[in-house]
Amino acid sequence: MHFRFNEEQLELGRAARRFLEVESTTDKLRAAFGSDELYDAELYRRIAEELGWLALLIPEEYDGLGLTAVDLMPILEEMGRSLYRGPFFSTVCLGVNALLLGGSAAQKEEILPLVAAGEETLTLAYSEPHGRHEIDAIETHFEERGDEFVLHGVKRYVLDGVSADRVIVAARSKGSVGEEGIRLFVVPGDAEGLTRKRLPTLDISRNEAELIFEGVRVGRDAVVGADLDGAALLESILDRARAALAVEQVGGAERCLDMAVAYSLERKQFGRPIGSFQAIKHKAADMLWKVESARSIAYAANVAAASDDGLLLRELASSAKAYASDAYFFCASENIQIHGGVGFTWEYDPHFYFKRAKASEELLGHADFHRERVARAMGL
Amino acid sequence: MDLSFSKEEEAFRREVRAFLEDNLKGDFEKLKGRGGPGDEHSFVEERIEWGKVMGRAGWNCIGWPKEHGGRGVSLNEEVIFNEEYVRAGGPGRIGHIGETLLGPTLIHFGTEEQKKRFLPPIVSGEELWCQGYSEPNAGSDLANIQTKARLVGDEWVIEGQKIWTSLAHWSDWCFVLCRTDPDSERHRGISYLLVPMDQPGIEIVPIEQMTGDSEFAEVFFDGAKTHKDNVVGGVNEGWKVAMGTLAFERGASTLGQQAQFERELNLVISAAKENGRARDPQIRQRLADAYIGLRILRYNALRILSVQEGADLGREGSISKLAWSNWHRDFGKLAMDVLGLEANIAEGAPYELNLLQKAYLFSRSDTIYAGTNEIQRNIIAERALGMPKV
Repeated sequence: MHFRFNEEQLELGRAARRFLEVESTTDKLRAAFGSDELYDAELYRRIAEELGWLALLIPEEYDGLGLTAVDLMPILEEMGRSLYRGPFFSTVCLGVNALLLGGSAAQKEEILPLVAAGEETLTLAYSEPHGRHEIDAIETHFEERGDEFVLHGVKRYVLDGVSADRVIVAARSKGSVGEEGIRLFVVPGDAEGLTRKRLPTLDISRNEAELIFEGVRVGRDAVVGADLDGAALLESILDRARAALAVEQVGGAERCLDMAVAYSLERKQFGRPIGSFQAIKHKAADMLWKVESARSIAYAANVAAASDDGLLLRELASSAKAYASDAYFFCASENIQIHGGVGFTWEYDPHFYFKRAKASEELLGHADFHRERVARAMGL
Repeated sequence: MDLSFSKEEEAFRREVRAFLEDNLKGDFEKLKGRGGPGDEHSFVEERIEWGKVMGRAGWNCIGWPKEHGGRGVSLNEEVIFNEEYVRAGGPGRIGHIGETLLGPTLIHFGTEEQKKRFLPPIVSGEELWCQGYSEPNAGSDLANIQTKARLVGDEWVIEGQKIWTSLAHWSDWCFVLCRTDPDSERHRGISYLLVPMDQPGIEIVPIEQMTGDSEFAEVFFDGAKTHKDNVVGGVNEGWKVAMGTLAFERGASTLGQQAQFERELNLVISAAKENGRARDPQIRQRLADAYIGLRILRYNALRILSVQEGADLGREGSISKLAWSNWHRDFGKLAMDVLGLEANIAEGAPYELNLLQKAYLFSRSDTIYAGTNEIQRNIIAERALGMPKV
């Protein structure tokens, strides 16, 4: 038992902090606001080529580094901290995980080296306009016609859905119900019959899209996890992504704490820094308590992901996502309060975190959804 | 990062398990799940006996170095020991104050003679200790200590009063913070004295708690005596020693406490299934939240335990007390909400409460003793986050 980062992981985190502090700033976020540019492609290219982060989870035989969910954590934390806007999470935590868990040898051989090199991005399209996270709520369906599958349906809230080079889409066999008949397909982003629409978002640090499948045709080779139970496969992909998102949320929450403490030392009222008042100190202490608690459970979830302990991961991913969602929202809210008036402005940063906290809270399932899942795991 | 244990560690687990299976039975069967904060006064005689059984087999003070009678086990093995102890329903450790507070303090600050005299009976479970820190006017403001000791010949003579001393009736010795420099103020001029409890100059008066029990007491010192050599860390150097005692707390012992919490949570889960509240969506949310919270306490502790010896415990090291006390307080309310109307019905007259009712009441002290949550928040803000004192 050793529940700390090793020196390589710590160094990866420090390097990520140094890089993203310069390259993924809120000034850039403000500047990009309102433009058609979905993300900074040049920055993404550098992340792939100079830093090699895209290769991290990918096995060495597909030009990757063959590392684990635990090794990815330092980067995710820093991306959460810096509100990184590119399609890293969607590509790695959703797309790569989907292929690692269900992809055929041919799919992995074709796609993963491109991802590792930063030449292609991926995403997973599972949620739909109803916004429910239960697998049985999937309505998008497919029909088998000879050697082809034809897809119909609407996916919504798809992360980086417009820019993704390939979309892994979850659909059900036409006429099936519940968790039966679920399958995943990898579909080119520019497939015929697929319409992609960027959704304007409250949180401007992440892109979401609506994807309309109107008779999109794919071959048998597009099936991800042909021999697996589709619903179980999708759940395990989502659980890995939830564990990863929780770590990102920890990074964001901790940034809120650090920002609030720094401001409380700088801002003077009644002739003294407001950080010397107990009312402010106690808020900051509660923020730290929640940040560190979220960190503990988020790390544990990723240890479970790295060790392929599916049952434990299911429970811990939901635990982590529930707790980290609440903790991030709490810290983002208190950060605004501690900033006072300027915390309400567009000019200062707290609002970006307050918005990302909310969007992340809903993404991959709200805390209430996950607590119910934990309740079931507890045998309730 | 690795949350699993090695082969050797798993072998150690089997050893612990076997000892508990072979010994925690017969007369000791009734101790399962008993004792600990909120239930500390239960089965004391039997738990003292149990402590001696543990001692004879070498299961007390396992984390202490071998030269001091411990096993010198690793932190991982301490974690395993705690897990198995809980799994077996091991009772609240009656000797925990000696094992986790006084012992490590003596190992660090004590003279050779003190170590020789006081450590072996802690290891064997023969001598129990209590803590004499708080006073009626020195609670959160611990440095406001008024109890005085003056040297008369070969002995310290002590006058004053301590309060909130748990297990005072049963303890053989007390470590007492006394003002030994009469002209001193605040942190200076305080000494850390080891005082025998069985003497005419000491009177113990139980405090009747809201639970109806009395596990804490007031201890009055009226000319109480102890030998002049029974001062730890030097005369007037007691503050440093007292703070050191707190710093030894790395969280291994909080795992034992979490065991108690887990037992309580399991009782609530069973109750919810039985009375149907497990179907109520709001109760399900709250039970899951409690379950997640308990998991977090454990992972918090494991993170702290994974810090190399001597290294900074980091920000996470500061939140432990706030985290567990809040968890338990919220849990106490949840337990009652799950029980519903039955929450108000005692086990027996006049005031025999069940474990959940005790948890509900006792958890109100958790956020107060050993540094109130308000003091904890000040400490976190000032020490971990660098916020200014004034």
